Amino acid sequence: MSNIPGDRRYTKSHEWVKVEKDGTLTVGITDHAQALMGDMVYVDLPEAGRKLAAGKECAVVESVKAASDVYAPVTGEIALSNAALADAPETVNRDPYSEGWIFKLKPANAADVNALLDAKAYEALVAAEKH
Amino acid sequence: MGHRTPLYETHLKHGAKIVDFGGWDMPLHYGSQIEEHHQVRKDAGMFDVSHMTVSDLKGKSVGDFLRLLLANDVTKLKTKGRALYSCMLNSKGGVIDDLIVYWMDDDWYRIVSNAATRDKDMSWMNAAAKEFGGVTLTERPDFAMIAVQGPNARAKACTALGEHIREAAMPLRPFHSVRIGELMIATTGYTGEDGFEIILPDKSAPFAWQMLHEAGIAPCGLGARDTLRLEAGMALYGTDMDDTVSPFEAGLAWTVALEPAGRKFIGREALEKQKAGGVPRQLVGLWLEGKGVLRNHQKVQCGVHGAGEITSGSFSPTLNQSIALARVPAGVKTGDAVQVDLRGKLQPAKVVKYPFVRNGKSCL
Repeated sequence: MSNIPGDRRYTKSHEWVKVEKDGTLTVGITDHAQALMGDMVYVDLPEAGRKLAAGKECAVVESVKAASDVYAPVTGEIALSNAALADAPETVNRDPYSEGWIFKLKPANAADVNALLDAKAYEALVAAEKH
Repeated sequence: MGHRTPLYETHLKHGAKIVDFGGWDMPLHYGSQIEEHHQVRKDAGMFDVSHMTVSDLKGKSVGDFLRLLLANDVTKLKTKGRALYSCMLNSKGGVIDDLIVYWMDDDWYRIVSNAATRDKDMSWMNAAAKEFGGVTLTERPDFAMIAVQGPNARAKACTALGEHIREAAMPLRPFHSVRIGELMIATTGYTGEDGFEIILPDKSAPFAWQMLHEAGIAPCGLGARDTLRLEAGMALYGTDMDDTVSPFEAGLAWTVALEPAGRKFIGREALEKQKAGGVPRQLVGLWLEGKGVLRNHQKVQCGVHGAGEITSGSFSPTLNQSIALARVPAGVKTGDAVQVDLRGKLQPAKVVKYPFVRNGKSCL
């Protein structure tokens, strides 16, 4: 069973979104997503300052097996990317919810995050995919 | 549900992630594909390859039949037990399958061919044998096959299998085999490392697997098998070549025996014609200099020579960089700079000689 922390929101495309104290959103991919993809070997990170509409692809995670887009969960601007992943993409496998974060986003509208899935709804989504 | 090998339950017990592979439910990995890859390069790993097709060909004139059926020449096998890699071609010179043929005994050869091509291989071989006459072809679904690969694979496998096996199997040079009781042990493989391929009765497979595991040989999935064979520069049927590609266009000219000139094997005429007219495409190695991971079917821009396509692209765990095999126009040379279309962005790559890795070491 994959690990789904209750302290954050989720997307249907398997990103997690955590609201930080300063209002920025930290975004990564879920434990379920990293397990499906297998060993990560490359992460293409977005540049700070890039403005994105919700649902726009902005990063790529590549495992030995496949490449997968990572999408902006809400409309906003990239504040920071996790540069440490350039040399250690396997961090996404090892610690997807903490050290394996991919980018931080300044949301255009702080309330948008409330429309994303909560842990329970995401758990149901993952369960449905398995059948 | 796909076909299952006698080791299917064993794989589940070891926590394998199972995927469909040519109609078979096979282990992709048992946790980490990259760790399994390194295990084979540095120590010893084992693969269930029971999905491969084993068939026995027997008859007084079976040698002559194989000299007609295969592009390589079985008369190169000077002693019983030796093995030969060959393509089996259609009349247009396209590759129906690639395979290994073992000389077992008087009037007896054994062929190990791919899993996904089983039906077409069998109908082709059966039709050819019927026309030739005097050769019987028997599939051997009663066998399992375990590939034990890596620098310590032989020693550990012999510890698992017993002293009588050690005496017979340790001294074998590459592409040889020996039969001991119900086992056939061959020094062939698909990783670029030393090791054995063990053909054994299906009922014995789970116990043998357990003994090999206890001797320190780690179970490895088909994911690692693919990155290992790519680093070793070994072609994969269905991606690097198929019925529309000649061995000359797949880096397999070395497996085509045009001498002696009088041997009339199937596909020969087409190959001679292609050679005389100039082979239009070639298989080359690529080393990605830009960012990302090379993948199958990405376009390769080769300047004035035109464009080609990646046939096998992946990340190389040993070299920590992305590498590929690509089919490109004739005229492209080792050292040339090319560009690969990676998800809409052109990235620089260099044409390199392959194999990329042999016996644990980079060849670049």
